[in-house]
Amino acid sequence: MAEGQRKGHMDLTILLQTVLAGVLVGGLYGLIGMGMAINFGVLRIINLAQGELLMVGMYVCYWVFTLWGLDPLLSPVVTIPFLFVLGVVIHRFLLTPLIRARALPENQILLTVGVGLVLTNAALLAFTSNYRTITTSYSASLITLGSIAVSLPAVLAFGIAMLVSSALWLFLMKTDLGKCIRATAQDPDAALLMGVNVERISVITFGIGAALEGAAGSLLVLVYYLFPALGGIFTLKAFIVVVLGGLGSTLGALLGGIVLGLAESLGAVFVSTGYKDAIGFIVFVLMLIFRPAGLVGKARM
Amino acid sequence: MAARGGKGWRWGGAVLGVAVLLGFPIVVSDVYLQHLAIFFLLWVTLGTSWNLLGGYAGQISFGHAAFFGMGAYTSSLLFAKLGFPPWPGMLLGGVAGILLALPMGHICFRLRGPFFALSMLALSEFLRLVTLNWRDLTEGAVGILLPPFFISKLPYYYIALALAAATMLATWFLVDSKVGFYLLAIREDQDAAEALGIDTTWYKLVALMVSAFFSAMAGSYYANYMAYIDPPIVFSIVDISIAMILVAVLGGMGTLWGPVVGALVIVTLSEAFRAYFAAAHLIVYGVLIIVVIVFMPEGIVGSLAARGPRWLRPRVATDAPGASQG
Repeated sequence: MAEGQRKGHMDLTILLQTVLAGVLVGGLYGLIGMGMAINFGVLRIINLAQGELLMVGMYVCYWVFTLWGLDPLLSPVVTIPFLFVLGVVIHRFLLTPLIRARALPENQILLTVGVGLVLTNAALLAFTSNYRTITTSYSASLITLGSIAVSLPAVLAFGIAMLVSSALWLFLMKTDLGKCIRATAQDPDAALLMGVNVERISVITFGIGAALEGAAGSLLVLVYYLFPALGGIFTLKAFIVVVLGGLGSTLGALLGGIVLGLAESLGAVFVSTGYKDAIGFIVFVLMLIFRPAGLVGKARM
Repeated sequence: MAARGGKGWRWGGAVLGVAVLLGFPIVVSDVYLQHLAIFFLLWVTLGTSWNLLGGYAGQISFGHAAFFGMGAYTSSLLFAKLGFPPWPGMLLGGVAGILLALPMGHICFRLRGPFFALSMLALSEFLRLVTLNWRDLTEGAVGILLPPFFISKLPYYYIALALAAATMLATWFLVDSKVGFYLLAIREDQDAAEALGIDTTWYKLVALMVSAFFSAMAGSYYANYMAYIDPPIVFSIVDISIAMILVAVLGGMGTLWGPVVGALVIVTLSEAFRAYFAAAHLIVYGVLIIVVIVFMPEGIVGSLAARGPRWLRPRVATDAPGASQG
């Protein structure tokens, strides 16, 4: 198809532009994946409502902007606590009973599917399936570096995503709570013996995983449109990112996000836009075949 | 273990059931009810084939729509492009499902954890995108329109009945055979199964191939019955993949009759709620999944049978790390 689209000569400018765009969106994918990765690290299950939590974060950001004019760049102040509480509630009232009853991990994953369906369809009932976008004063601004132009919102979103990621990393490495989370991820039984309240850590971690989607939602609104069914797409992207980075590795997720962003961006320009998302799956399958432990992982699963 | 009641009870119930099922469309002439009955049988087929893999072998798939859509597109394209007759095309659709299952199982069953579940999800999304974009072959988003083959619903009903029966019989034979016990062993403890010398990758692959075959046949059937398919319909995550899981989980995973009960409930409920929630009727699916998982993890049939140690009860007794917290 589209043989006419084949580039006679690969313009270096286009290549650079594409790579830059891929890295910028990849930073956001990384942040989205980190939420799933930190949850997987502690809970040992994939939260399939992760994309739906992102969708909720985007709607919260949309409404605080539309109703009160809060700039999306500042909206993490609202979306992060909102999603944290939502995550804690979901874990405390739905997942905790299952974990206490030692239900099969498959059932816990299925539960998150149910949560995702409820969130998506509640959004559909409340906000209809219309596509929405936010227009800020800087929405259409461009930064030009020589012959390359990148959109200002994408750069800002990338910058804040890196800030949030660094904050998360410092939190996990330097604080007592962060150390408890890492200890629980490494070995829940040993952590319990060392006096870590594993159940409480599990709830808090789920809240943090959700809060990360809140932050990511605030940023994604700048470069993407929102609609209720968007959650499923991003749950899948988050999973690909997490597999690329190595299950449960937060820094790996960041790397995985940038790889996925690059693959999609290059694929969209040099193969076809329609196949952009399919390229992510091909990268994913190649990973499963050749490096199932992730790009940076050493041990095989 | 399956609902392993006395064999006599099972045979008696089966004979009665067969009589009711064979007579239904002759006694009930209402076309709408016949249509619902066909969908019920279609969901029995889909739920049962998912259950063989997910319920018995413990390999949860989040993307069985991949096989459903593969079957639908295979038989439809064979007819539309080559004029291949659609009902034998169903068999080829099933074979296409197996051909898709082989590499997937080969890649994913070496790994544990959520890889298989989510790789299936990725596969079905991948196929949706390919069928959407490969317009020369699949007509893309326009979809494929097939001529209706029968005016009356009766032939459709009996074909759906035969398909559902074949799926259930295949599951029954497989589960009652040595393979069935291997699958249960793999579900309960893969390391122990391997230590006993069971080639776990191979038997998981067998379950996947049988499951894929019937799911794909159901997809072909759907295409022939509805006389129209497009990528978002047949590769739908929620309407096909998740609904298949729901049918099995609601009725009772790892039970022969679970998917039958699940299909009955799902078809009834989705018809009842479609009017109330319109586009968002799937919220009912979500609530159902949550309620079943939290309050009735064994499903309806599993709870009724309530015999033998199952997933939840025996493990509560042990002082679990998570359970000792307040």
